Amino acid sequence: MTDQTPSDTAPEALPTRPPRRLGRRGTVQLVMLALLLALPVAADLLGHPYYVTLASRLTLIAMAAVGLNLALGYGGMVSFGHAAYFGLGGYVAGIGAYHAFDATAFMGMLPGSDNLLVLWPLAMLACGLLALLIGAVSLRTSGVYFIMITLAFAQMVYYFANSWPTYGGQDGLPIYLRNTLPGLDTQDPLTFFLICFAGLVLSMALTSRLMGSRFGAALSMARLNDTRLATAGINPYPVRLVSFVISAMITGLAGALYADLNGFVSPSMLSWHMSGELMVIVILGGVGRLYGPLAGAVLYISMETLLGGLTEYWQLFLGLVLLGVVLFARHGVMGWLAGRESHG
Amino acid sequence: MAEAMLALEGLHKRFGALAATDDVSLTLRPGEIHALIGPNGAGKSTLIAQIAGSLRPDAGRILLGGEEITGLSVAARARRGLGRSFQVSSLAEPLPVIRNVMIGVQAMAGHSFRFWKPAERDPRLIEPAMAALARMGLASRAWTPVAELSHGERRALEVACALAMKPRALLLDEPMAGLGPEGSARLTELLESLKREVPILLIEHDMQAVFRLAERISVLVAGRIIAHGDGDTIRRDPRVRDAYLGE
Amino acid sequence: MPDVSATLLLEQLINGLQLGTMLFLMASGLTLVFGVMGLINLAHGSFYMVGAYLTAAVTAASGSFLLGLTAGLLGAAVVGAVVELVVIRRLYHRSHLDQVLATFALILIFSEGTRWLFGASPLWLNIPAWLSGYVTLPGDARYPLYRLVIIGVGISVAVGLYLLISRTRLGMRVRAGESDREMIGALGIDISRLYTAVFALGAGLAGLAGAMVGALQSVQVGMGEPVLILAFVVIVIGGIGSIKGALFGALLVGVVDTLGRVFLPLAFRAVLPPAEATDVGAALASMLIYILMAVILAFKPKGLFAVND
Repeated sequence: MTDQTPSDTAPEALPTRPPRRLGRRGTVQLVMLALLLALPVAADLLGHPYYVTLASRLTLIAMAAVGLNLALGYGGMVSFGHAAYFGLGGYVAGIGAYHAFDATAFMGMLPGSDNLLVLWPLAMLACGLLALLIGAVSLRTSGVYFIMITLAFAQMVYYFANSWPTYGGQDGLPIYLRNTLPGLDTQDPLTFFLICFAGLVLSMALTSRLMGSRFGAALSMARLNDTRLATAGINPYPVRLVSFVISAMITGLAGALYADLNGFVSPSMLSWHMSGELMVIVILGGVGRLYGPLAGAVLYISMETLLGGLTEYWQLFLGLVLLGVVLFARHGVMGWLAGRESHG
Repeated sequence: MAEAMLALEGLHKRFGALAATDDVSLTLRPGEIHALIGPNGAGKSTLIAQIAGSLRPDAGRILLGGEEITGLSVAARARRGLGRSFQVSSLAEPLPVIRNVMIGVQAMAGHSFRFWKPAERDPRLIEPAMAALARMGLASRAWTPVAELSHGERRALEVACALAMKPRALLLDEPMAGLGPEGSARLTELLESLKREVPILLIEHDMQAVFRLAERISVLVAGRIIAHGDGDTIRRDPRVRDAYLGE
Repeated sequence: MPDVSATLLLEQLINGLQLGTMLFLMASGLTLVFGVMGLINLAHGSFYMVGAYLTAAVTAASGSFLLGLTAGLLGAAVVGAVVELVVIRRLYHRSHLDQVLATFALILIFSEGTRWLFGASPLWLNIPAWLSGYVTLPGDARYPLYRLVIIGVGISVAVGLYLLISRTRLGMRVRAGESDREMIGALGIDISRLYTAVFALGAGLAGLAGAMVGALQSVQVGMGEPVLILAFVVIVIGGIGSIKGALFGALLVGVVDTLGRVFLPLAFRAVLPPAEATDVGAALASMLIYILMAVILAFKPKGLFAVND
């Protein structure tokens, strides 16, 4: 990366921003991404589609957490309701497929579709709108109120899905045939994994780009000191609201993919346990770090797979690990792997 | 008389039975430093909050450059040219010094809903921020995290943040607080040189600095302005002596 | 016809009161802990579950519901005190995010631990014979005695809490503002014992609620979570930290939720065919209290009885 700073032209030598290098952090990050890509490809070649699907699941959970990380890690908004967007994204994929399957229309108006190029933007749009409504009310408050209110609104969506029988109510909604992309065979596990992987990488790239922009500077300041932001002439509320909406859209897209991966969407995707898990993943990985969600998802899925194979009660151990991390290891896995960083 | 850059007209603010601000009017003219002094509990913080926009007055108007700003938010007032510093530093500790300044430059350069272009190396943001830092003697600390600054440097940074926004009026809330005699003297000199560019409403406990800097002084006691005038007038005013020395 | 609906209304109002008093038992502990220690505790629902399990187990072993109830109340308080001593007190000076995560971890530990000890299938706790009768209401409707007893217990707790907070030394320390409490601490009075006591009190009340509701529903893992979230809605509406707000919010949420579930589907029958009316009404009713919360927050972002505004 070239390092253009104004001091190149300034008469006196002012200290300049130190240039960025691919240090330990960069190496760890690249290795993580490379492994995430290489292992499923190898598993597919060796004929173990189970691991390809597991990797897809990990990738999507990580992507949902990338969305949450934008609000929670970078924006300082402790949303305990991101399952609402994860689940809503899933339901958009499910409902689209449902109407496409039996050739009926949503609310008697919108025809169904199984084309992902239609469903993905729709999922993001729906999640963005929901987040706009929830955020507009919740962001008037802060602290514990914000935590509880986001939780309560997500619970509202959860109960709504439970009690609305058209789309399966509490039994959920199956997606009989995975939704399609023109020119690609989405039924093939590896192809689908690559789609998920692209989603994850894109959402991380978007986050990185966003946080480096003027908007990102304002969002960081909203987290660190919103009085300073207001005094600088920028109203914190719309900055937070916009990032909350973008965050929900990313999580919602991950949810749409997740429903297609499982061939099923149910209220459990909307439950507060899901919100809690996403938060745990962000924290385990390291809050406000670009690769934190991925590291957290790797750890979470590994524990689930390894401990879950040993005992039915693996969540007990997850609880203990989480308690240990919160009480004693404040910077998450990425902090431990890649060293501390200031995440401005 | 030049038109006032900042004017308060008949501000009132009550908290229950307490009149925290009681019919306060004052003006700040271009090129001057107007000091607002008063003993603890006089209602200075309440008044500052109303000027800055974090508290709405019950009655009265606030004008900036002749334009009413009474109903505007903190951010909107800042964009219209009201700069301020805080009694207790209000800065983003983990960020480099310059990023605290750049955020104001960014706000003045237009809206902040630009999502794509990298901002941290944008000369349109860096250059004005550097200029403001240089003005306050902080250029060499630009990329240091705020957390590593000394107390005096933080006070100066507060002023630099406000300056970078090219304000039309500055509201400085005890900028000398906690500075030693040397630091105070340096800041006094800086403010002296600043006032021709931007008039300053100075709230300050350091009386030496106040009497040296201010063209005019207003004394706030129990929410009311009880005396107003130049340094000599204030020094001689028996009501001021009463308020400070007690009965 | 008007007679029938008047009776139905009365019955449902009492049902709402019963839900409300039970929510108050949960919400008062949550709001006290937040008001005094500034802590958000997600694991409060776990104490509800602990109370229910202990009551079911002790009642089954001893044959006495009262003994079981006492065990549930005291056991939950003791568990609360231990949790405070081991984990919670490390969280008072942490961010709300840390508090949420640590107490979320406690939920996982409690839920899975309970599943491990008691198995996945629910326990049954029956209403004892001497409480299982009916009371005749005006209009000749019969109403279960046990539910009225729950309301009675809830009212007694509310009165007891009021006396405790307004009349006792413990209450005085609870009422003291945060800075005053630091002063109390500086005067050499052991403030951490106050914290343990408040936390245990809240846990005991949650345990009591779980024990009493356990006899109406089944006793199972995760039973505390829906109630916890309702209790959050209650204290957000009432104003976090305010006992008065918790009481008012609990009754409001209890009554609105109960009446909504019964009367919204009926109301929609006026405009929709019955099957659809039931679906739409039920779906809307499930969202009603959240909409209520949003509306209240739109006007009062700190709740109806904001403590430190």
